[in-house]
Amino acid sequence: MEAEDIKRATWRMAHEIIERNHGLDGVVIVGLQTGGVWLAEDIAGALYEIEGVKPALGTLDVAFHRDDIGLRPLLPEAPTDIPFNLDGQAVVIVDDVLYTGRTIRAALDALNSYGRPRTVQLAVMVDRGHRELPIRPDFVGKNLPTRRDEMVDAHRDGVDLGEIVK
Amino acid sequence: MSTVIKGGTVVDQTGERTADVVVDDGRIAAVGPDLTGDEVLDASGCVVAPGFVDLHAHLRQPGAEEAETIETGSWAAVRGGFSAVVAMPNTNPPIDCAAVVQEVLALGAKAPCDVYTSGAITVGRKGDQLAPMAEMAALGVRLFTDDGNGVQEAGLMRRAMEYAAGLGVILAQHCEVDSLAAGGHMHEGEWSSRLGIPGVPAEAEELMVMRDIALSRFTGAPVHFQHLSTRGSIAMVRAARQAGVEVTAEAATHHFTLTDDACASYDPVFKVNPPLRPADDRDAVREGLADGAVDAIATDHAPHSPDAKEMPFDQAPPGMLGLETALALALTELDLPIAEVVGLLSWRPAAIAGLKGIHGGPIESGAPANLCVFDPQETWTVDPYDLASRSRNTPYAGRQVRGRVRHTIVGGQAVLVDQEMRP
Amino acid sequence: MKHLLSINDLGAEGIEEACRLADHFTEVSQRPIPKVPALRGKTVAMLFYEDSTRTRLSFEVAARRLSADVMGFSVSASSVNKGESVRDTVATVSAMGPDALVVRHRSAGVPQQTAAWTHASVINAGDGWHEHPTQALLDCYTIRDRLGSMAGRRIVILGDIKHSRVARSCVMAFTSLGAKVTLVAPPTLLPPAVDSWPVDVSFSLDAALSDCDVVYGLRVQQERQSEALLPSLREYTAQWGLTVDRAARLPAGALIMHPGPVNRGVEIAPEVLDQPNATLNEQVRHGVAVRMAVLYLLLAADPDRQPEGEAS
Repeated sequence: MEAEDIKRATWRMAHEIIERNHGLDGVVIVGLQTGGVWLAEDIAGALYEIEGVKPALGTLDVAFHRDDIGLRPLLPEAPTDIPFNLDGQAVVIVDDVLYTGRTIRAALDALNSYGRPRTVQLAVMVDRGHRELPIRPDFVGKNLPTRRDEMVDAHRDGVDLGEIVK
Repeated sequence: MSTVIKGGTVVDQTGERTADVVVDDGRIAAVGPDLTGDEVLDASGCVVAPGFVDLHAHLRQPGAEEAETIETGSWAAVRGGFSAVVAMPNTNPPIDCAAVVQEVLALGAKAPCDVYTSGAITVGRKGDQLAPMAEMAALGVRLFTDDGNGVQEAGLMRRAMEYAAGLGVILAQHCEVDSLAAGGHMHEGEWSSRLGIPGVPAEAEELMVMRDIALSRFTGAPVHFQHLSTRGSIAMVRAARQAGVEVTAEAATHHFTLTDDACASYDPVFKVNPPLRPADDRDAVREGLADGAVDAIATDHAPHSPDAKEMPFDQAPPGMLGLETALALALTELDLPIAEVVGLLSWRPAAIAGLKGIHGGPIESGAPANLCVFDPQETWTVDPYDLASRSRNTPYAGRQVRGRVRHTIVGGQAVLVDQEMRP
Repeated sequence: MKHLLSINDLGAEGIEEACRLADHFTEVSQRPIPKVPALRGKTVAMLFYEDSTRTRLSFEVAARRLSADVMGFSVSASSVNKGESVRDTVATVSAMGPDALVVRHRSAGVPQQTAAWTHASVINAGDGWHEHPTQALLDCYTIRDRLGSMAGRRIVILGDIKHSRVARSCVMAFTSLGAKVTLVAPPTLLPPAVDSWPVDVSFSLDAALSDCDVVYGLRVQQERQSEALLPSLREYTAQWGLTVDRAARLPAGALIMHPGPVNRGVEIAPEVLDQPNATLNEQVRHGVAVRMAVLYLLLAADPDRQPEGEAS
């Protein structure tokens, strides 16, 4: 994917979010630290341009909620900032790449600390498969079949595929 | 049955010579080349020295038999090359009257080395009232001390000195002014400050050394200073002797081998009284041993059961083992000729303890056969689980040292042969 | 890092890292549900041989906000009063498999000794006059939060420094982060060999006050009078107390700190405690976040363990 493809996919996902939620009433966007934050900002920007309403935007670092604490050094990378109550809201979790689903599981767990959302949806730029948990995205930029030993990196300028250096 | 010690170098106050030594019927029968006997003890590469004399051993009996008994402490002594030890009186009950002296001497009679006992200066070592020194002296006690405590009151110490001088016995002082030392658990200085452990300043020792030098000059009575640990103390003793005051001094093995930074481990095995001092004081102790200001190496062997030492630092009792490591540490750590180390461990303490002619040599025909044979080159590693002492509180665990006792002969009996105890 | 026995176990970098982590836990503490599952399944045992309501509560709250289980050990109800040795108690508690022991004892060095007797991580919650590393950590966090950074700050530590574990940890923490520390106390309440400490010493509070960013007051206890360390508390307050007058002469924005509990009217005037530049309550609040950071660093972020499987 090139920068233009990313932009088009972002706008398409923004339209789908509006369609699914019948507008932006009660919709909040939460970007996962650190890879999902740029996409959350871009989706929020597109939503504003389309609807003229700025959705509430937060960031979430899931380090303390991961299931592999103690198996690897896990220090939070960036601040969590959710300055609003999530009770009754439609929360759209945004991340760059969806892979095993464990990060999203941790994010779902973390969101509980901020209230009880009406619904939680998931937007990702790339779904690379290999899920280890029953989690599926609601809004996808691109489905990209990969091998497990590949590395996928999605950012504003495109998507990179690389070999994991072992 | 005679025993010949073959192939060693005999070292005593008369000098060094290569000679065999024959022991028969409790005495040295002959010293010379190519001698024979019924039993042969190999001494090749070894030094044949007078048996060592420890002026300062806590044998813990009566009262603390879980830490040491006169028997186990004596075996530790024998393994360290000592043919005689002077037991300290801080037992329970304290050795402050004829009855307890008799009990200790009776137990000592069955021990593998000669056990002498000191007596307390004051009743119960409490520093209030003179103990019956004459009745104890009549049983052979030559050295009196309240060890564990110093005699705090100058007036009382003066009377004790005068009284002791009349009996021809010597007073030994544990120098520590309680009002300065109270509540302290290690040397007061940079390390105690950092570790947050209440300290004992060097001055707590030095003030009493100063006082007792003055009292000795005043009364004319001799005084022996136990386990001196500071540069100031040793300088005062050196000056006093030069001025003709009749003072003698001992230094404990740990005060010339260890320093107060060892307490950073918070392991109470390094807690001792007087405390380990900084390197400058340790060096002063070494200098004192080298130039004669300090007369003797004493062990201050102070066994404590593991339970007692596995305590918070400030709650654990002070004291460390010493009998089985003293010779090796002196040879390893002191840069002195072997003959001087032997003197510090044998004939010089023997003179202070009033044992001249019995212990401490010289090694000559007709003398009592109290001997120690050691290999000055053998290196070994101190293992707390390989000690004859009932306790394990050696601060030298794992330390590599040089010099090992091979045979010990007490009263003509070879009680240690090739490092094996022979009950 | 397996244990936190001394603030030096963290060092300057470790203190910075713990403070950054504490930022995250401050956010966690502000959530509607202030709890994360980070230490679920871990057990933290409290071995408090000395009463300390605030430190003990702070550690318990910190452990619970991380979803750890807390094992209490109350001295009065325990075998300590029946003569059980520290070692035996540590062995007994360790046999129940805790992941961390938080140890408070009146004797210096007990946490260090405990570390040799257990497989669990040991956290020093105050030992004798020696150290109180988490207190120093929360003080660093408070100063950083209020003043931005520690480097170049002039900090006066005032009071009974000789008997203070807080002072020992704070001096090392503050100076390692580049602050300039001045100890102010009557000479009898200074530690021995104070010239070996990386600090300046002054006997005059009035001289030190005009030129500092933080005044850190320590508790002065009644006993110091009977030990002949002070003529009287009244004289202490007159010479070294942080009175209303003295507080008024502090430079604008200078902080007034104290580890608590305060002897009101002895080392600090009650009115001074209510000033906006007094940080006592903040210090307590930050204590929870900082202790969460320490528990997390010791029990979760173990860099020695190798990752298994994929991360995402």
